[in-house]
Amino acid sequence: MSGRVLVGVKRVIDYAVKIRVKPDNSSVVTDGVKHSMNPFCEIAVEEAVKLKEKKLIKEVVAVSCGPQQAQETIRTALAMGADRGIHVEVTGKDYETLGPLQVSKIMAALAKKEDAQLVILGKQAIDDDCNQTGQMTAALLDWPQGTFASEVSFDGDKIKVVREIDGGLETIKIKTPAVVTADLRLNTPRYATLPNIMKAKKKKIANVKPADLGVDLTSRLEVVRVDEPPQRQAGVKVETVDDLVGKLKEAGTV
Amino acid sequence: MFPASRYSSKAHRCIRALKTIQTDHAAPQLYTTLHRRTCSSVTTPRITTHYTIHPREKDSRWEGVEMERFADEADVVIVGGGPAGLSAAIRLKQLANEQEKELRVCLVEKASQIGAHILSGACLEPTALDELFPDWKERGAPLNTPVTEDVFSILTEKYRIPVPILPGLPMANHGNYIVRLGNFVRWLGEQAEELGVELYPGYAAAEVLFHEDGSVKGIATNDVGIAKDGSPKDVFERGMELHAKVTLFGEGCHGHLAKQLYKQFNLRENCEPQTYAIGLKEVWTIDEKKWRPGRVEHSVGWPLNRNTYGGSFLYHLNEGEPLVALGLVVGLDYSNPYLSPFREFQRWKHHPSVAPTLEGGTRIAYGARALNEGGLQSIPKLTFPGGMLIGCSPGFMNVPKIKGTHTAMKSGMLAAEAIFPKVTAESVDSETAGLHVPEYADSLKNSWIWKELYAVRNIRPSFHNYFGLYGGMVYTGIFYWIFRGKEPWTLKHCGLDAHQLKPAKDCTPIEYPKPDGKISFDLLSSVALSGTNHEGDQPAHLTLRDDSVPVGQNLAIFDGPEQRFCPAGVYEYVPLETGDGMRLQINAQNCVHCKTCDIKDPSQNINWVVPEGGGGPAYNGM
Repeated sequence: MSGRVLVGVKRVIDYAVKIRVKPDNSSVVTDGVKHSMNPFCEIAVEEAVKLKEKKLIKEVVAVSCGPQQAQETIRTALAMGADRGIHVEVTGKDYETLGPLQVSKIMAALAKKEDAQLVILGKQAIDDDCNQTGQMTAALLDWPQGTFASEVSFDGDKIKVVREIDGGLETIKIKTPAVVTADLRLNTPRYATLPNIMKAKKKKIANVKPADLGVDLTSRLEVVRVDEPPQRQAGVKVETVDDLVGKLKEAGTV
Repeated sequence: MFPASRYSSKAHRCIRALKTIQTDHAAPQLYTTLHRRTCSSVTTPRITTHYTIHPREKDSRWEGVEMERFADEADVVIVGGGPAGLSAAIRLKQLANEQEKELRVCLVEKASQIGAHILSGACLEPTALDELFPDWKERGAPLNTPVTEDVFSILTEKYRIPVPILPGLPMANHGNYIVRLGNFVRWLGEQAEELGVELYPGYAAAEVLFHEDGSVKGIATNDVGIAKDGSPKDVFERGMELHAKVTLFGEGCHGHLAKQLYKQFNLRENCEPQTYAIGLKEVWTIDEKKWRPGRVEHSVGWPLNRNTYGGSFLYHLNEGEPLVALGLVVGLDYSNPYLSPFREFQRWKHHPSVAPTLEGGTRIAYGARALNEGGLQSIPKLTFPGGMLIGCSPGFMNVPKIKGTHTAMKSGMLAAEAIFPKVTAESVDSETAGLHVPEYADSLKNSWIWKELYAVRNIRPSFHNYFGLYGGMVYTGIFYWIFRGKEPWTLKHCGLDAHQLKPAKDCTPIEYPKPDGKISFDLLSSVALSGTNHEGDQPAHLTLRDDSVPVGQNLAIFDGPEQRFCPAGVYEYVPLETGDGMRLQINAQNCVHCKTCDIKDPSQNINWVVPEGGGGPAYNGM
């Protein structure tokens, strides 16, 4: 086994920023807005670095798809302990329509190219909340998947994943190579401290175009309109049960 | 009535004794069990857990924790990525490239990205920019809105009295540009990076380092991974030390490291204390029909009374969409503890000359920051062994013009020019390990900064008379407009802003109108718009020297003015969970780093220190 782990990181609008819809309702304002690494991607990077520190894997490669600024996100991953980075350059219209299908095609192509033993991704991104990339990547590679991982350990040549599911916790064993997606309780990510940021400037980030990987970025989806959620209306207080029934009848729901 | 301090002297001694006992429990609770056991009737909940108040050397939870710091050397380290810091960095690199010398310049900035903590009106006078980058237009500097109309008014509750802006008056803006300073600073950051400056946003300078001989050695960035109760977390890591031959401190108005340096090197012994104002600002997209790009409006008067210094601004930007930047500046030497600058700002927007512009518009940003008003009289000693102060930190703002960006940039450039020969010399004769460069202060005194500030030095202090605002305007008219500030006397300020508050019992509460949700808004939704956030599990960076003073003095005598002057709702007096009385709750996560509390706290008990880097507001082009 190559002992190489691929970690996908996504640059998203910071979770504390108030989102504003563009006046033409085409999308959300991103110009100059504070961005940071997707919190679940931070957890994914942390897990990969922890595995390397335990000497279970040999190399951590951080991957991000996007315009020039995606390199900042890769640098943060390098500062957390990744060994090298791959920046898949996607700009303009392609970047606006970049979604889980395209990213998973890219990740699958890179996983094959880099001969990765494991692909770790965040379970979902906080901007689109799709929760699809990890699953699609596994399907495209025909690899097993351990999603919503709250615990990952190596068991011989298999990986034991404890998954967070609706009913509680599910433990599965999957063969490598595999795809794992990180959930909240997997670990607490370390800080990217300044000495590590300085060292990260010396680590390599390779520049790759999607065409070089043979990936077609056409989107199957078209965003028709983006709107803010409707303003919450004040509720109506009623005095008696009859009033309540009366109001419900008025609204046509009873 | 106020729950006045009822502590007996015995209880006081009890509280003092408890402060020196560090709790072993890592439980993140306000009341420690130690308090409950030994002091049952009096409960001063522990508020401050920061290590600057409770040193870690004496804290048992920190035993055995590795406290070594990684250190690196640079030629010059600059604290603060604002106009002054970036101009200094750029000038240094320009000189280095011209003279083909190697120079390592590192700049640390507490905001997560350059420009995210910048807030200003702003009407930029391009004089300093013309000197720094004569080709700024080709380089794409975001000066997109030349001033086309300039309006000045005195407001009364219902009316607006126009005041003609005669050329030569300080607020005339011909030749200036309305800018979104955050975007301008971001552009400066890009220019700096291209020139080879090492920029490190997201890392706050938390500590000044000293050589054995007492000169400044550099700075250390903030530690990370300390829990809210002051104990180390698993992810704890020490900050990093950056050593330099000279360290430039450009932290902006009322910097926290500058505060330490004033004491350390006695820099304020021959100047007056700095006086301040708070500026609150919002950005709105308005109805296109009401949009007049290039229009600058200033007003004084309502809603502030004639003895409260302040005024408003409303600028129409020209950047594609119909945007206006508007705000209110309130002098922090106000005396009524019931005054709330935030609520004054919200009610000003309802004035008949302002509300129509905003009707049908949407508010998209909010923020606040303190600014200097002291002028020439309050400039401290600028240099000390190993470092110097630049920008709004010492304070070069031209108060009647309400412009400080051009002077801040020029001070950064002068600092760079003064230190360049010394840091690139093969060998320098220096008494101290950190270089002392008094040439910076000399060149500043001979520059246009000094001439400009000298001419306007008496305008702000002239407001301290019975007629307040009107006396000041008359003085400005006679002595500035006619005599160009050449009068032989220099008026004084009134002392520290914090000491100007009158006790609450001597003042009348102000009835503020409720926000209507369309033009005026409540505090918390405004704070949400600033995008401010901090890692929750860290000690509050608003530290109190004495946890019992807020309830004992601020609430008892002044009715807790911090609840009103904080533009982010950080301070709240809430009832105790058990028993009578109130306690101060500090919502440190809301802080927008404006520094007003450190300035205006009547007991001067609040000490603002820097939180983990990357936290704070996320301003976008403010």
